[in-house]
Amino acid sequence: MKAGGSISIWFFIGVSLLFNGVLILAAGIYQYLQPPEAPTVLFNLHAGIWWGAILAILGVIYCILYCPSRMKTQ
Amino acid sequence: MTALLAFASNNRLVHLSTVDLAIIVFYFLLVLAIGFYLKERANTGEDFFMAGREMTAWIAGLSFLSANLGSLELMGWAGSAYQYGILAAHWYWVGAIPAMLFLALVMMPFYYISKTHSVPGYLKLRFGESSRALSSISFAFMTVLMSGINMYSMALVLKIVLGWNINLSIWVSAGTVAIYVALGGLRSAIFNEVLQFVLIWAGALLIPILGLIEAGGWSGLKARITTNASAEYVHLWSTLGSAKDNPMGIQWIGIVFGLGAVISMGYWTTDFLVVQRVLTSKDMRAAKMAPIIGAAFKMFVPFIVILPGLLALAVLPIKLMPEAQAIATGGHSYNEVLPLMLARYCGPGLLGLGITALIAGFMSGMAGNVSAFTTVWTYDIYRAFIKKDGSDHHYVNMGRWCTVLGVAISIGTAYLVMDFKSIMDYVQALFSFFIAPLFATVIIGMLWKRASPAGGFWGLLAGTASSVAMWAWVKVDPSALRYIALSPYAKDMAENMYRALWSCIICALVTIVVSLLTKPKPESELKGLVYGATEIPPESYVTVLHRPWFWATVVGVVFIALQIAYW
Repeated sequence: MKAGGSISIWFFIGVSLLFNGVLILAAGIYQYLQPPEAPTVLFNLHAGIWWGAILAILGVIYCILYCPSRMKTQ
Repeated sequence: MTALLAFASNNRLVHLSTVDLAIIVFYFLLVLAIGFYLKERANTGEDFFMAGREMTAWIAGLSFLSANLGSLELMGWAGSAYQYGILAAHWYWVGAIPAMLFLALVMMPFYYISKTHSVPGYLKLRFGESSRALSSISFAFMTVLMSGINMYSMALVLKIVLGWNINLSIWVSAGTVAIYVALGGLRSAIFNEVLQFVLIWAGALLIPILGLIEAGGWSGLKARITTNASAEYVHLWSTLGSAKDNPMGIQWIGIVFGLGAVISMGYWTTDFLVVQRVLTSKDMRAAKMAPIIGAAFKMFVPFIVILPGLLALAVLPIKLMPEAQAIATGGHSYNEVLPLMLARYCGPGLLGLGITALIAGFMSGMAGNVSAFTTVWTYDIYRAFIKKDGSDHHYVNMGRWCTVLGVAISIGTAYLVMDFKSIMDYVQALFSFFIAPLFATVIIGMLWKRASPAGGFWGLLAGTASSVAMWAWVKVDPSALRYIALSPYAKDMAENMYRALWSCIICALVTIVVSLLTKPKPESELKGLVYGATEIPPESYVTVLHRPWFWATVVGVVFIALQIAYW
């Protein structure tokens, strides 16, 4: 489904996932390099890094697949 | 209340970093941007109130589910899982899946072919103006009151969890919802609900993943729960033979017939808040597929709601308690399970996303309430009884103002509840009075041509009145619960199930008896409204993989497998 004239709802979702994923990934890397004094449980798994990366990759895929300029040409 | 707030301000559960705040602020900006972007597509009544009836099955299905996935629902049921164990999953499985499939396969054709704007609108077509008046007025006012209660509860949670000012939380979240729904109408609400659905999963899914790792998988979780609480907490059906054998104090009859056959059927098939999303589908097949897609995702919601509650029972070093006791002792209440688990596993960024998921859940629930209220008020009350000859443009303007008015009433209710907390219990009880009888009225109307307008109205009235009477009886004499719930061991939860069951039966009996004694509508007026008088388009032109029946069967098989797996 498209909004307005050309933007798909999935593009908005892609933008959201990409923005959140990049921030979470960056915060995860920072915490890896500078471990906090009071770490969370299972901190050693560095969930921020892999979860942030998953969200960012999904965000990129959605942004590309549902990019407004690409949708116009279809 | 003052004492609670004073306690809350000094004892916040989590502290947000700059990254967390950036994620939350970005979420608010994005939903507002969507509202402004969609304004140009909300000029006609069909656009504003029905999103142009052009949604795909996926969009309508996810929105259908998301409108129900409020943050209070998430936190409340996570708390219930801590309190009652895996029995809480019944509200997501037997208390939802059969009803959603029933809506898709049996009821949706009549809603869709009749081209009604709302459930009260269907009642008007089937039974006449008096039934519509009764259901639309009760629905409209109960919806905004519930929205206000949810708003207050969410603001209180933000106060306790984050230490945020309660007034700021109410006004910022309510203002945001008012702007994006008033600008873009139902389309904007649906768009944001789908976004919120994704954010809820992205923000909450990490808790069960990390929790299961910590607990040592499902078997480790069961072993820890058996040690910390009782083995009964991890059985879905095997403890329901008697009310005294399980933490909820309920028998299987209440779960299967009260919850599965009445309450969930009433909610998922006649509550306009959720049905409205499906009515926006672009064609009949999409309208039938939307609830099936919603059901497929609903089956897995316990993974992010019930499982965290069970994990908390297994891994948290503290004991959670009822809210009143938590306030008195300075401990943590059941409802704080999700924030506590978020704080346990999530560092900067992840915490912001988790909190965003809770806020998103609240806003999707509130937008659902407000957009449903707006449609019912404009079409079923204002146009039906106040101004019948307005232009389409006039009704769209009324819808926009009504959105703002609905939010304003919700805010007023939130402040009223802040001062008189007992109102919350009364309004929630009031809302429950209408749902179960309404299901009986609608389903009899759809499946029985002989049901007459008088039968529909008097049945609905009798069912509602009987529900009020049973509620009042237990209020005045708590020992009456044993008669209503058929067991001396019954607890509060059982009362709701059995009250719904009896009121539905009474509504059905009165509808049938009065219908047999009064004149039915001629068959020519029932076309598109009733089974046997409606031609339902065949699906033979699509392959098996595109047929709703096929996917409903797949969902049904997985549903049964889950019941057996967690028996």
